[in-house]
Amino acid sequence: MSGRQHFRRIVILWLVSSIILTPIVVFVLAPGMPPGNGTVEASGQVTDNTVLLGLATPVALAVLVYFGYACWAFRERDSDAVVDGPPIRGNATVQTWWLAVTTLIVLFLAVFGSVELLKDGSGGGQGPNPIATPAAAKATPPLQVQVIAQQWQFTYRWPGYGGVETQHLELPANTTVELHVTSLDVIHSFWAYQLGVKADANPGEDNIAYVTTKAPLTFNIHCAELCGVWHGYMFDTGYVVNKPQFASWIATQRVKYAPATKRLVPYSKTYFPEPQRRGG
Amino acid sequence: MSTIAMTTDRPPVWRRLIGFNLFMGIIGAIVGYLVGYWIGGRFTGANIAYYGPEAGQNDIAIFLGYFGGVVGFMGGLGFLNYPISRLLGHPPTLAEHESEGEGIGRYFRLCTDHKVVAMQYLVGIGVFFFIGGLNAMLIRTELLQPNTHVFGANQYLTLVGMHGSMMMGMMTSGILGPFANWVVPLMIGSRRMAFPRIESFTFWLLMAAGVVLITTIFLGGFQTGWTGYQPLGDQNTAGYDAYIGFFALVGVSMCLLGFNLIVTIITMRAPGMTWSRLPIFVWAVLATAWLMALAAPMLIAALLMGAMDRTIQTAFYVPGQGGSSYLFQNLFWVFGHPEVYIVALPGFGIVLELFPVFARKPLWGYRLAVAGMLGVALLSFFVWQHHLFVSGINADLRPFYMLSTELISLPTGFTFLCAMGTLWRGRIRFTVPMLFCLAWAFNFLWGGISGVLLSDVPSDVTTHGSFFSMAHFHYTIMGGLVFTFFAAIYYWVPKMTGFKFNERLAKIHFWSMFIAFNSTFAPLFALGFLGMPRRVVTYPTNLQGLNDWVSVSAFVLGLSMLVFLYNVVWSLVIKREPSEANPWHSKSAEWQLPTPVPVYDFERIPVFDADPYPYGVEPTGPPVVAPAGGVA
Repeated sequence: MSGRQHFRRIVILWLVSSIILTPIVVFVLAPGMPPGNGTVEASGQVTDNTVLLGLATPVALAVLVYFGYACWAFRERDSDAVVDGPPIRGNATVQTWWLAVTTLIVLFLAVFGSVELLKDGSGGGQGPNPIATPAAAKATPPLQVQVIAQQWQFTYRWPGYGGVETQHLELPANTTVELHVTSLDVIHSFWAYQLGVKADANPGEDNIAYVTTKAPLTFNIHCAELCGVWHGYMFDTGYVVNKPQFASWIATQRVKYAPATKRLVPYSKTYFPEPQRRGG
Repeated sequence: MSTIAMTTDRPPVWRRLIGFNLFMGIIGAIVGYLVGYWIGGRFTGANIAYYGPEAGQNDIAIFLGYFGGVVGFMGGLGFLNYPISRLLGHPPTLAEHESEGEGIGRYFRLCTDHKVVAMQYLVGIGVFFFIGGLNAMLIRTELLQPNTHVFGANQYLTLVGMHGSMMMGMMTSGILGPFANWVVPLMIGSRRMAFPRIESFTFWLLMAAGVVLITTIFLGGFQTGWTGYQPLGDQNTAGYDAYIGFFALVGVSMCLLGFNLIVTIITMRAPGMTWSRLPIFVWAVLATAWLMALAAPMLIAALLMGAMDRTIQTAFYVPGQGGSSYLFQNLFWVFGHPEVYIVALPGFGIVLELFPVFARKPLWGYRLAVAGMLGVALLSFFVWQHHLFVSGINADLRPFYMLSTELISLPTGFTFLCAMGTLWRGRIRFTVPMLFCLAWAFNFLWGGISGVLLSDVPSDVTTHGSFFSMAHFHYTIMGGLVFTFFAAIYYWVPKMTGFKFNERLAKIHFWSMFIAFNSTFAPLFALGFLGMPRRVVTYPTNLQGLNDWVSVSAFVLGLSMLVFLYNVVWSLVIKREPSEANPWHSKSAEWQLPTPVPVYDFERIPVFDADPYPYGVEPTGPPVVAPAGGVA
């Protein structure tokens, strides 16, 4: 069989499998991808996952179909004979096309990812001076919440509510929230799964992440950076609740923690407690 | 060349133990450790912590103990003899340890024969590979249930840290140590490496490093994982000293191994072995060696600063005292990202080296393959901050690091294209090494695809630091490095030892390993997507089903390794069926030599007149003109 015939067969197999599988991935698998559509940022991540998986499917199939076909069609049928194949040392056309196609895919991925990222920051931590802020945050000042990580729990401080520090996190629905993530001791990472938020908590650093909540929601909070012995136990449940419910919750918290708030150090972007040092 | 002196009468055992060998090395290590520890205790008594769980523990004494122990170990092995003799004015010599004949004793001492060092590496690294694998089994045992049931949290994290350090530290030289040391001189027509003593030095230093890591168990373990992030490390008890000592020694060993290979490949090529005739595996080794030589110093610097923080009270990593937690992350990943390509690139080389042999075709797109390897090596220095995408450092540069990370898929794609092109219309023989290479293509494909999701910042926000990234790098490192490591073992070890493997057992090993590997790591992608962070000892109860599936698969994976061990013992120790000189009908230079390969490799230095892939052309012979037409 000629090389052209082999090539045609591979292309047909690839086209058929791609046409069947790509829609399944894009329309069945990808919409269920994490972290769900609970917030604007989480939906953005689902969009990214959908596009990337949709693009990856035909690419992966091209490689798989080729290897599968080659292993079947080009196998040595006479296991005792040692017969050489044709001495083909390359093909400039194939190499050029390969280079062009992969370059285009890579450039598309980089541009697409950057555009998606710069739109609203995608829920990722972006340091003290964020460049990717959601449009809503520019129009009205967002709700500020400071996430303070320490071994081994997260606490939350509310500069807009008298600097009260709460043990758990509740957020109002349909609100843009500006999370200031910092740490008191070692590196932690604040991961609110359903919110689509992940931001490292570095001691002495203010790491800002944005999230725009939608409907009420229950979300899991995990520490995502190894932070010592009880890292595995550093988790909590948070809630996105209706605005009136949030107002009453935060009011209760303020009353409950009023004695503690008085003794707290003033609200600040970072805190430097006495470091735990090893001795000599 | 000097003459080879063969001694025929063997002295009694006790007499043979006296001398510069492993036995004296161990004695030297114990004495050196005690001396170092004592000195450390003498002048630092005042600085011992008086409170906290580590009260009374003296980091300076521990570090000096490790230093003394390593110096004593290397001294006992005889590495100080040559420098001292040169200092005393004796003339330079090379043949001090080569002339020890064929005995088993040469494997337990400083030996400058590159083939002996390669076997030492293979066995030594193999031991640590199995210890690391055992750690993984214990990790998966703990994760059978969502709560802690076998190990405590500290024990569990120590296991995680030791597994990661063992695999990333000891297995870094997993292909370069045994196979590059053995095959590069033979492929390029050299009788030795450029620096034979340093070659042996890198091996014994690596073994010392492995032992230092294991001592962490006696010092309370460490809770940082293999990344050893600061300031968590500063806070750890003395077990972290073992981590620092281990990785610093590995760094020195890697750096020296890298330079040795670079110099060998550049300067020791036989006549006619031009750059365009260099076997592709040697190109992969060259690219990797550059990465090793340039990246390892970053790691050593980062760890040295950590050691200073812990001993003489500097504050490099102490925020609030002028230090920064970002500093260690940055330095570590400037080393750490080239490191993962140090691990992956030799695998590319093995796949592209073996495909021509088993498809009976020349390597397709030689220049593209070379460009791919050099491209990966170069780009790998410009991607490290994708490990810090959500850390808040240099957030404005994330689009750049996204681009550079995704660009790496171009040169990696070249490797795939060349592998695919080599199969095109070939006559593929499914030998065991070939099966492992084909498995590489399958595994690395998933590793690459998942890597695209991780390189895209919005997607990465969820997958970062989760089981997804863990599955990703196990697909690239275990699926990439370990599968090609076994391909290389089944391909070259018959030549190295002179004995055949049992093919039936080898095929059982391959299929059980391949299926169990995918069954273990594919569900981890799902676990990561479902929100399971890395390195946790507990997890939500609804994830138990998947975790148990993974654990059981991991145990099967462990069993498949036992099949391999059984094959090694049965084929190489008990049965010892002699292997043919060239069982694969390869045209590469190393296969044209007799089995076992003589001490000085080539009777005469060969002259090359073609690249090692003249398949399908006349004359059908190998491209080596030796020995008649060779030069001395």
